[in-house]
Amino acid sequence: MDTTTFIIIAAIKIALVVFVMLTGVAYTTWLERKLIGRIQNRWGPTRVGPFGLLQPLADGIKFILKEDMIPDNVHKGLFILAPMLALAMSLISIAVIPFGNTITVGGHTTALQISGVTHSGNAISDINIGLLIILGVTSIGVYGVALAGWSSNSKYSLLGSLRASAQMISYELALGLSLVGILLLSGTLSLRGIVESQSGTWFWHVPKWYIFPQFIGFFIYLLAAFAETNRIPFDLPEAETELVAGYHTEYSSMKFAMFFMAEYVNMFTVACLASLLFFGGWHGPTLAFLPPILQSLLPVLWFALKVFFFIFLYIWIRGTLPRFRYDQLMAFGWKFLLPLAIANIIVTSFIVAWRG
Amino acid sequence: MTHQLLFIVFGLICVAGAINLLVQRHPISSALSLVVVMASLALIYLLLGAEFVAAIQVIVYAGAIMVLFVFVIMLLNAGAEERTRGSRIALFIGVPGVIVLAGTVGWLLMAGGSHMGSVSLNSSSGSSSFGDTHAIANLLFRNFLLPFEITSVLILIAIMGAVVLGKKEG
Repeated sequence: MDTTTFIIIAAIKIALVVFVMLTGVAYTTWLERKLIGRIQNRWGPTRVGPFGLLQPLADGIKFILKEDMIPDNVHKGLFILAPMLALAMSLISIAVIPFGNTITVGGHTTALQISGVTHSGNAISDINIGLLIILGVTSIGVYGVALAGWSSNSKYSLLGSLRASAQMISYELALGLSLVGILLLSGTLSLRGIVESQSGTWFWHVPKWYIFPQFIGFFIYLLAAFAETNRIPFDLPEAETELVAGYHTEYSSMKFAMFFMAEYVNMFTVACLASLLFFGGWHGPTLAFLPPILQSLLPVLWFALKVFFFIFLYIWIRGTLPRFRYDQLMAFGWKFLLPLAIANIIVTSFIVAWRG
Repeated sequence: MTHQLLFIVFGLICVAGAINLLVQRHPISSALSLVVVMASLALIYLLLGAEFVAAIQVIVYAGAIMVLFVFVIMLLNAGAEERTRGSRIALFIGVPGVIVLAGTVGWLLMAGGSHMGSVSLNSSSGSSSFGDTHAIANLLFRNFLLPFEITSVLILIAIMGAVVLGKKEG
């Protein structure tokens, strides 16, 4: 493949993924309001469009048109940088996520993944440290939250961002360690490689997904992921009863929307990662009667369904559980999840070594 | 060609970040400059084909250690520092020291560059196993297991020391 085709294909993929992701984010807010509404025996948004379907669009226009205020006495540079950093870092991690296997359009075979590269003979390879890139980029995203709170020069913001950064650093450990079991089983850090190692079945029709041998790892991952994305029951950084809105108290207009989008994109990343690592990614039943182009898009559908399941779970839990107390949160992370994750690694590595 | 261009760009960003770290008066600005240095170092590792080292550089240094630095600065609410006129020791010992050091390193690189190990900037991944995950795992857990474990114990002792001191204060 020559350089021009490569750049064109990459640009198309980036534009498509960013468009789908941001639309998905917008409609997740709609879904969340609808579902929480139903859980609380209300209707949710109904006024804008049928079933309130145009609500995200109206919200978007409202965010853009609102006055963009920068309060006095803030550290101006960092105040502007923080939301950009948060959103940019959450979008970067999408680049390494494989949405499906390959697709062939007009003689060009390409991976359904931004960072997937086709080389000679239609072989696909992706970044061989994909998982580490997601972890690294997520850990840089903490700066967005931390700097937002500090640069706002307000006590609620500062308290919120201190809580957020302490929480994210603490749960990052459990999150990272919960994935080591998967790495021991698959023997690769490439996301594509991990998904491909989950093809086939254990016995009968049970798919060879890592959720079955690694259910403890999955449990730890799920809880740590909720904490990493600051969602209920771990949403202490923006606990509105105590801190107004936490680290984004002083933000308005599009800057506030950027934090909001970053949070939802992070939710998507975490849901994608859960589907890739524990639920076999794009693997699912193949339907042989479909035309080839739909055949290659079918895995994307399975993947999207798995991601949707996790997004639904997020919203469901938000409608169900109350918030933790801060000391409970810290004790849970350090005294329960972390030792459990380490025990999981030890047991898994013994089994892997025993099986040779 | 692209690799060398990127190497120069990130090298310059790295040096600019390091200079900015010294020039800035506010601790947060200095800490953030250090993050820039760490991140551009990680990208240089990536250019050299050491993906794993690059990722760990970002996760551990930029993502964990520097976040703690920023966290502490935020907690203490440290203000801008006052600039002193600089001590005389820096002028009389530091400046000649830097010149001697730079001269020695430069001379060593110029004179002995041919028989030092080298890493190609244009190596595509796969041709060299330098810095990939398997190579590092083999080095750490096979060839240098004892030093690695001793280092871990040292770090553990430091953590325990910090806990003991922290308990005494409270």
